[in-house]
Amino acid sequence: MRVRGLTTRIGGRVLVRDASFDLAVGEVLGVVGASGAGKSILLRTIVGLVPAAAGTIEVFGEDIGRRPDLRRFGRRWGVLFQDGALFSSLTVAENIMVPLREQLALSPALLREIAALKIALVGLPPDSANKFPAALSGGMRKRAGLARALALDPKLLFLDEPTAGLDPIAASEFDGLVRDLKESLGLTVFMVTHDLDSLVTICDRIAVIVDERLVIGPLADIARNPHPWIQAYFHGPRGRAAQIAEAASG
Amino acid sequence: MAHSIDQTRDGDALVLRPRGRWVVAEADGLDRRLREIRASGARRVRIDLADVEAMDTTGAWLLFRLKRGLEAAGAAVAIDHAGPELAPLLSQIERRQAVMASAPRRGGGPFVLLAHVGFRTVELLRLARTLLAFFGEVTVTLLRTAARPRQLRFTPMVAQMERAGVSALGIVGLLSFLVGIVMTYIGAQQLRPYGAEIFTVNLLAVGFLRELGVLLAAIIIAGRSGSAFTAEIGAMIVNEEVDAMRTLGLDPIEILVVPRVLGLILTLPFLTFWADFTGLAGGAVICKLSLEIPLTTFLDQLRGAVSLWSVFLGIIKAPFFAAAIALIGCNEGLLVTRSAESVGRQTTQSVVQSIFLVIVLDALFSIFFNELRI
Repeated sequence: MRVRGLTTRIGGRVLVRDASFDLAVGEVLGVVGASGAGKSILLRTIVGLVPAAAGTIEVFGEDIGRRPDLRRFGRRWGVLFQDGALFSSLTVAENIMVPLREQLALSPALLREIAALKIALVGLPPDSANKFPAALSGGMRKRAGLARALALDPKLLFLDEPTAGLDPIAASEFDGLVRDLKESLGLTVFMVTHDLDSLVTICDRIAVIVDERLVIGPLADIARNPHPWIQAYFHGPRGRAAQIAEAASG
Repeated sequence: MAHSIDQTRDGDALVLRPRGRWVVAEADGLDRRLREIRASGARRVRIDLADVEAMDTTGAWLLFRLKRGLEAAGAAVAIDHAGPELAPLLSQIERRQAVMASAPRRGGGPFVLLAHVGFRTVELLRLARTLLAFFGEVTVTLLRTAARPRQLRFTPMVAQMERAGVSALGIVGLLSFLVGIVMTYIGAQQLRPYGAEIFTVNLLAVGFLRELGVLLAAIIIAGRSGSAFTAEIGAMIVNEEVDAMRTLGLDPIEILVVPRVLGLILTLPFLTFWADFTGLAGGAVICKLSLEIPLTTFLDQLRGAVSLWSVFLGIIKAPFFAAAIALIGCNEGLLVTRSAESVGRQTTQSVVQSIFLVIVLDALFSIFFNELRI
């Protein structure tokens, strides 16, 4: 994925100006920034939900353009929204079948088998297949959302705050799941997060949105960046100073 | 064909060479092809992955399904030449398939209909019980409010009255006017052969003042305000606002339900009067324009046909209809669970139930009035 000179704007306010970065195959990029800095908008712009004010976005070597054909591109990446964004009138298994049904012609038996596979893949118990999203806990909804995002076996995965609203144990389990799937399925991950632990454990590089700019680099470099917000973020009371220091020195 | 699987014999062993792209986009063809593969007596099966171009989770899983099927037929299966790219994927899928169960179909079986009937019956009875309990709860809260009138939320009540009443004037007026026109035309057509066209006025007056005015107003309000009550309260439940209220020691019945119920009870009689008026006005216009009955004759005939008592008999029903609509609307709102779909479902139910109950109540009133000979 290549992003060049991307500017995102919402309601006349510029959120990110002239951002350029590449995402290599198999890499995990974590995006952080203050609330309202435009992390989610950046993600939505890249997946084509929000038009970019300027700049180009290339995915798999193709420019997705101003008004991307989401039907064509949507099958090559998976997106996990904050609360899973499962279709509430469908069971978990039916949710997973939606992209399969829409994009491919598969027999009903095979659809059910693939849905069961994805449910097992994200570590949900088999009996959750027939449950409705309202009957699931937040963590399970996210796993189900991930299963749906992985339905078409995309190589590129977008995660919007995958661990927000989870307790630390569930969050680290989810991090572990993402890392495990990334290793075994060869995924490239673009992840918006607030969670320092996620950044430390699964991200290869970090992108920070400060003052409308995107500062990008390995965790160790970013943690040494003198910008006050970045310092406060990584070395604040919640900053797991020890882990960061270790990463910075190592 | 972007995928294939070669089968060769090597002594008592069967060698399978999958080729091409084993990905979800090819899954349908792959699935059918793999189901045809039989061990056919081979004791050992070797699956050689050297020629696989690409494989994703679905492809890997189909591979393991094939392996399981062959093993069940009594063959020893080995997978060869899984390159460094495939190895992590294969081990992942092998691990996961152990805990997976094929998602069963929803429903099925001969007793589904019976179960459905039972389920719906229980659901209906439960709904009746909730509605009765809710009616009791609201009554108690209303009585408590009556004992301490300062507790009444006056401003929200007036706001509800404005939204349910004042803003409905246009639609209620227009519809009654049109129904008045229709009734006048139909009545005149039927009565003309007898030279009794003038009695169209009687038909219109009795019909509108006793029944149509209040029914029209109630049905429009059920569709307009009853549904709005459900959707508003339902949205608050989805947003956890109602729970927040309870934890703050506020009573949702007192804050959300009582102003709506009282507001509607006070509003609907006025709307009924308005519907009566516009309905008669519609009739009067048609009488003047196409039946050549001038307004003074119309009014004289009207005075002879109905008394103030008839007007009263129509309007007295309005508060009862209003209470039914508001109670159902609020009750359905509070029955919303935390999903977007349930707001829609309960709103539909609220409209259907309140129109149903309004007509049932109207029938009961007719029987009641008939017994009393009024």
